[in-house]
Amino acid sequence: MPIELQHVTYDYMPGTPSQVRALDDVCMTIQDGEFLGLIGPTGSGKSTLIQHLNGLLVPTSGRVLVDGLDTRAKGADLRRLRQKVGLVFQYPEDQVFEETVYEDIAFGPKNLGVPAEEIEERVREAMALVGLPDSLMKRSPFELSGGQLRRVALAGVLAMRPEVLVLDEPTAGLDPLGKREILGHIRRLHERGLTVVMVSHNMEEVARLADRLVVLDHGRIVLSGTPREVFAQGELLESIGLDIPDVTKMMRELRKRGWPVRTDVLTLEEAYEEISRYLAGTKAGGVR
Amino acid sequence: MNGDNRAVVAEALVHTYGPDESSGVTALSGVDLEIKRGEFVCIIGPNGSGKSTLARHLNALLLPTSGRVLVFGMDTRDERNLWEIRRTAGMVFQNPDNQMVATVVEEDVAFGPENLGIKPEEIRQRVSDALKAVGMEDFSRASPHFLSGGQKQRVAIAGVLAMMPSVIVLDEPTAMLDPKGRKEVMETLARLNKEKGITVVHITHHMDEAVHADRVIVMYEGKVVLSGPPTEVFSKTEDLAKWGLDVPFVARLGDMLRKSGFEVSRSALTVEEMVDELCRLSSST
Amino acid sequence: MIRGVIIGQYYPVRSTVHSMDPRAKILIATIFMVVLFVGNNFYCFLAMGLFAVLAVVLSKVPWHVVIRTVRPMLFILIFTLVLHLFLTPGPVLFRMGPVTATWSGLVQGLFIGTRLVILIMFTSLLTLTTSPVELTDGLEDVLRPFSRLGVPHHELAMMMTIALRFIPTLLEEADRIMKAQMARGADFQSGNMLNRARNLAPLLVPLFVSAFRRADELALAMEARCYRGGEGRTRMKKLEMHRADYVGILLVVLASVLVVYLRIKFGPVIRGTV
Ligand SMILES: Nc1ncnc2c1ncn2[C@@H]1O[C@H](COP(=O)(O)OP(=O)(O)OP(=O)(O)O)[C@@H](O)[C@H]1O
Ligand SMILES: Nc1ncnc2c1ncn2[C@@H]1O[C@H](COP(=O)(O)OP(=O)(O)OP(=O)(O)O)[C@@H](O)[C@H]1O
Ligand SMILES: [Mg+2]
Ligand SMILES: [Mg+2]
Repeated sequence: MPIELQHVTYDYMPGTPSQVRALDDVCMTIQDGEFLGLIGPTGSGKSTLIQHLNGLLVPTSGRVLVDGLDTRAKGADLRRLRQKVGLVFQYPEDQVFEETVYEDIAFGPKNLGVPAEEIEERVREAMALVGLPDSLMKRSPFELSGGQLRRVALAGVLAMRPEVLVLDEPTAGLDPLGKREILGHIRRLHERGLTVVMVSHNMEEVARLADRLVVLDHGRIVLSGTPREVFAQGELLESIGLDIPDVTKMMRELRKRGWPVRTDVLTLEEAYEEISRYLAGTKAGGVR
Repeated sequence: MNGDNRAVVAEALVHTYGPDESSGVTALSGVDLEIKRGEFVCIIGPNGSGKSTLARHLNALLLPTSGRVLVFGMDTRDERNLWEIRRTAGMVFQNPDNQMVATVVEEDVAFGPENLGIKPEEIRQRVSDALKAVGMEDFSRASPHFLSGGQKQRVAIAGVLAMMPSVIVLDEPTAMLDPKGRKEVMETLARLNKEKGITVVHITHHMDEAVHADRVIVMYEGKVVLSGPPTEVFSKTEDLAKWGLDVPFVARLGDMLRKSGFEVSRSALTVEEMVDELCRLSSST
Repeated sequence: MIRGVIIGQYYPVRSTVHSMDPRAKILIATIFMVVLFVGNNFYCFLAMGLFAVLAVVLSKVPWHVVIRTVRPMLFILIFTLVLHLFLTPGPVLFRMGPVTATWSGLVQGLFIGTRLVILIMFTSLLTLTTSPVELTDGLEDVLRPFSRLGVPHHELAMMMTIALRFIPTLLEEADRIMKAQMARGADFQSGNMLNRARNLAPLLVPLFVSAFRRADELALAMEARCYRGGEGRTRMKKLEMHRADYVGILLVVLASVLVVYLRIKFGPVIRGTV
């Protein structure tokens, strides 16, 4: 189920003095089964863009086609669209409102008119997918830890059985362990065939997980490609105020100091290999 | 107090939330801690390990269930010290939106000094000094609502500075910020620490923010389990993993290289330091 | 979208009116409103209108901005006009089916309408030229004499400041939560009243939870910054009356005298009314 954005432009408060162009002629296609990372500085339009993917926002001009269906078309089945494209907002725990974890996860499927027998099955499945034990089902969500609550919110969207999962900074504000766990679950969901679109400020995260990156700045796409291709453009990224992963930064710096090492390195392991290979050939290696 | 170079002292500090010790949650179970004047300390630890509870003891927002806390020699249990302690130990919180009182930046910064009953002319002077110290002087008439997260946190820091504190305690001030905002806040803190000699206690989940600290304190299940300079703390890779914490990427790389027999110094924790170290190594004899 | 509306009320330019003491402005606005209801003919309104025009010109707020503030009240204005037009007895102007419009109705309607327009314009000018903070500071001071009667003037002013500070934040949050629930298939638009009210739970519950958490954290942050109520507290901005303030008050007093004179001289616009 590909999602196609054709010349999408979006203005907040159009026609007023405070009009803001949040998206400017954005063209892109999200392919089935891919893991797309969306990066860009604050205010570049990332959150605005992903709200177009399930019709919460519709373009001021241009078109968004989800599975060939125009989100602006009259009579477009928005509920069905929102089922297929599951959107998890930033700090999703803020949307939790039911008395029990079970009820809250069931909220989405209920809205879709899923029969009662099936709802329980879906809730269990969603909880398993994010690693929540069944024992939490009857607990009040407000008694859970931050990381658990984040997973409840994620399960609430997964229970709608979406085909595309869109996440806005899913690890913001979690501790390192919580981060690692959430990312692990997202990665596994992707391996099970879900298309994933993830907004992140953490370059290490997207470099490690995404197949493809799209870089936004001032509402425009300024760069797109595999993480390796994108992070090879260090100067461009820095000029728009983005970081590059520390690994890549270090390799570039070594290269500047005359080391014959690759700079398109994204993981610790790769960096270790490059560096130890070079060191082994120098005096430092010779000493051993 | 004379000759005492300790800014903050916690002795056998226990804190239990709730009605009594049997039914409540014990968030701190015997913390002993000393922070020196002018020190820049980072506290790390997983969710629920008691970091915020500890922080709130440092300016008497919470009082010990048992044990005691001294802030520049003042016991927080003594009611008479309350306002002087809160002035001496400024506090910055995680959510920038929830700690601003006024609708104009300078009015917000003035809030603390106003509460202290300081003369209007002096408040104005302090506000403009504080905004300058955090690099926000151009925004004095702006509405906080239109600032970025990093800018809001710098205003919050200015609000504390205007009370002329000797120590600033920050409870995850960067947790809700993007990388640029985080950098702004970290640079501001480093400058205040260096130039004004203000003691900084910084709580964070970002390990790369801890590498520049004078000392890193690790909390786990209501106790201080480790404390020392960053190089020492981040060399305990396995312990940190056990507590659910990360190690900065550079420290892990150093670890791997050392295991393969390269003599990389443990003191290299940032990208720049590692690059220097590697270059030194490759050209040394 | 919400950001503009609420904060947008204040129109930030430098002018004589902007730099006046908020207490003087509150006083002038209060006198003005009272006098507006003392005036009972169009001559009085002419005088008041001229006073208002002078104030707008001095404030340097563009006319279209001032006029825009009247627009939300347009419906009420027309409603008033129509009501008077048809319900006042008097010489017939025209007939429309079963109802009759009268001359006196037209005059009466225009009279009340003019009064409302001047009233709205002048009070908006107060908020257009006075920042929310100044307004609360001024109000706190103006209310101070009432503290003997048990009016908690400091607390009222503090509450107003904080409300002003948090309204935009909460509205944005409401927007965000609503969208998040819509992403889970919630529907806030359709259904009958009862259903709609019930459907608001997914919006209101999280909003209340977050409002309480915010309030809690704010209270903590205020305490940490040594807040302990009004006692012993000073203000950075000392309110000071200057020449412009006294001139303004003098002008509004003169205008009042004029209006009283005009009221006596010309009498009510229609015999038998006020
Ligand atoms: N509800 C709104 N009303 C008016 N302007 C808005 C609104 N939401 C966003 N904007 C503006 O639109 C632009 C894009 O915002 P958006 O939230 O999409 O950026 P972002 O890339 O998600 O930023 P961040 O990294 O801070 O989340 C910004 O200039 C922002 O100020
Ligand atoms: N107001 C409270 N009432 C009851 N228990 C509380 C309260 N605040 C915290 N606790 C409990 O005290 C323990 C320590 O909490 P604390 O907030 O100090 O941890 P933390 O290290 O700051 O965690 P985080 O990284 O999530 O901010 C936790 O088990 C928590 O559930
Ligand atoms: Mg965003
Ligand atoms: Mg905490």
